[in-house]
Amino acid sequence: MDYFAQQLINGLVLGSIYGLIAIGYTMVYGIVGMINFAHGDIFMIGGFIAMISFLVLVSLGLTAIPLILLIVLLVSMVITALYGWTIERIAYRPLRHSFRLAPMLSAIGMSFVLTNFSQVSQGARVKPVPPIVTGGYTLHEGPAGFAVQLSNIQIVVVLATIVLLAVFTWLVSRTRLGRDMRACEQDQTMAALLGVDVDRTISMTFVIGAALAAVAGMMYLLYYGLVDFFMGFVAGIKAFTAAVLGGIGSLPGAMLGGLAIGLIETFWSAYFSVEYKDVAAFSILIVVLIFMPTGLLGRPEVEKV
Amino acid sequence: MSATSARPSHAAQPSGSAFILKKALISAAVALVLFSLMIGIRTEAGPQGGLIYWTRFGDLAALVGTVFGGSIIIELLRQWWGPIDTDHIVPKPVQAAMSFAGRWLAPALLVFAFLVPVIFYNQRYILDLSILVLTYVMLGWGLNVVVGLAGLLDLGYVAFYAVGAYSYALLATNFGLSFWVCLPLAGILAAFWGVLLGFPVLRLRGDYLAIVTLAFGEIIRLVIINWQSLTGGPNGVSGIPRPTLFGIPLDNSDDGLAAKLGIDFSPTHRIVFLFYLILAMALLTNWVTIRLRRLPIGRAWEALREDEVACRALGINVTTTKLTAFATGAMFGGFAGAFFATRQGFISPESFTFQESALVLAIVVLGGMGSQLGVALAALTMIGGFELFRGFDQYRMLVFGIAMVLLMIWRPRGLIGHRAPTVYLERNQAISSDLVKEGHG
Repeated sequence: MDYFAQQLINGLVLGSIYGLIAIGYTMVYGIVGMINFAHGDIFMIGGFIAMISFLVLVSLGLTAIPLILLIVLLVSMVITALYGWTIERIAYRPLRHSFRLAPMLSAIGMSFVLTNFSQVSQGARVKPVPPIVTGGYTLHEGPAGFAVQLSNIQIVVVLATIVLLAVFTWLVSRTRLGRDMRACEQDQTMAALLGVDVDRTISMTFVIGAALAAVAGMMYLLYYGLVDFFMGFVAGIKAFTAAVLGGIGSLPGAMLGGLAIGLIETFWSAYFSVEYKDVAAFSILIVVLIFMPTGLLGRPEVEKV
Repeated sequence: MSATSARPSHAAQPSGSAFILKKALISAAVALVLFSLMIGIRTEAGPQGGLIYWTRFGDLAALVGTVFGGSIIIELLRQWWGPIDTDHIVPKPVQAAMSFAGRWLAPALLVFAFLVPVIFYNQRYILDLSILVLTYVMLGWGLNVVVGLAGLLDLGYVAFYAVGAYSYALLATNFGLSFWVCLPLAGILAAFWGVLLGFPVLRLRGDYLAIVTLAFGEIIRLVIINWQSLTGGPNGVSGIPRPTLFGIPLDNSDDGLAAKLGIDFSPTHRIVFLFYLILAMALLTNWVTIRLRRLPIGRAWEALREDEVACRALGINVTTTKLTAFATGAMFGGFAGAFFATRQGFISPESFTFQESALVLAIVVLGGMGSQLGVALAALTMIGGFELFRGFDQYRMLVFGIAMVLLMIWRPRGLIGHRAPTVYLERNQAISSDLVKEGHG
């Protein structure tokens, strides 16, 4: 039971990270109707920028951990958001009215560019970071000496996710930008006729998605203590699985799917085999698409002739 | 690359040096922010395990300067060329020359391909490279059946290549079966896996299909890595037997081919044999595809690519059409995989990553999706281009990615190909098939 509780905590934390990435997929799919294949790599770039800015801040002599975390968060969100904006501008916008496969292939190319850009610019080796947020609580001491631990970093990850989700939900449901985004999702031509700047709205979607991915990258860095240039690929596919599981286009669905994937992966590694955890995640993607193509909270897609 | 928002589709495009300069300045500013941390600061794991860093502001300045200059050049080129999507009228003589070249290019290439081992007999490097190019030509033609003809975007094609390679490697090393027995078996096994993948994805379309095939490719690779007792895991399978000329080995033993023919043994014989083997296999793929296109099933594939809903309405069985496309494409992938295994003598999961799938897909797309000649030329360009970058190994995939993005922006329908259906009504065609989104009811 203690073991189960511990895995539950670990799974929820992992799921929060997946959920943050999945929101980026689901938003872009909802508005532009394409899978932003490079989104996993944006998450990776976010992790790298967090790592570098953390390193610079520490070597400048800053010691207050909350201040460091806040600055790292802002820097990585801003720069990664600019990456999202640039990618949309260069690789996707010229293809918006091209044939269907073109944006997908362009996104695959962009994903290669980002992966290899960070490999070339920062080297291929794994970058370890010393634990920044340390300490934690022991929730329950088991008889066999197994204790259920809740570390501070896990609390930080979950809290940050909740706060961001609240801000993000407010943004989508209460602001002008959110209304524009929902309008573009329904009908871009009509939205444009009614005075919505479609190009700008789509750009903002990419910016917000990238900023959330940057937070996920930073959380990954804090939680696992390392980044490497290849981490975006697998994390990206898993987050996409989460978005599909939750119902693509649905924001709460993305978070729910993220939590589900995180839990499944953690429990699979804990009770079955660590080696096959990725196989499990990918199999879920296939199974979900076969039996539940609309996901948990998605709307069925209407086929127009 | 420019990074501001001018719309090329609008007629009244702002021009003038002030506009260009402003645009270039914005691009440079964006580049400065993007590269500030990633290029300006280099991190590395230090000797004690912690991280160390050093600054590279010179590189950063150079890169930002490049973006500034490049943005000006691109903007000037764009104003000189006009909007991307306009058709430029090609003069008559050039058109005539093009059509002449188009008619004679394929036979000329074929003759040249047959003569390659004769011309370059003493240049081992060129022979090896041409074997590699032909392997990718074959893979490209195989994937062309799935992507180009049936319009099903397959991002996990390398899985079938892996199935073929491992089928031959394991059958040959464990049971001592010869290459010529294993080759059909590898094809059949790969086709079987193609059908297995095909079944669950029958209902999926477009992007979803792409992601599922990608996941499938990754599953196969992960299983190969982790199923150590069968596949040797990351260490791969080594000691895979070389192919024989119908039982006659190509080595310098007494019953080898050289001894039988009474000529001096040379290791080049085997290379030349491999070359003609893959050439024959690739041509077989090509021939089968061309013949299939003329059969009802080939017509059904093209119909499926153009419009799935209409296809169903006309009574075409979409299920079998899709499954045969997957199975046929997978079978050729399996053949190519078996060839790859016998040529290398050693295979490991590293050869079957997603990058390979993307490379083959890029070849098909570059070749114009559906054009056989286009795919062959694209494979030649891609693999040749990769070889040019051999010295800059770490930049290779970076350049590949950039090329893929630029290609999609510049020529989304491929460099050479024109993807017309084999049969269509001569008259009364209201819109060309180029204008219709494929597979999208």
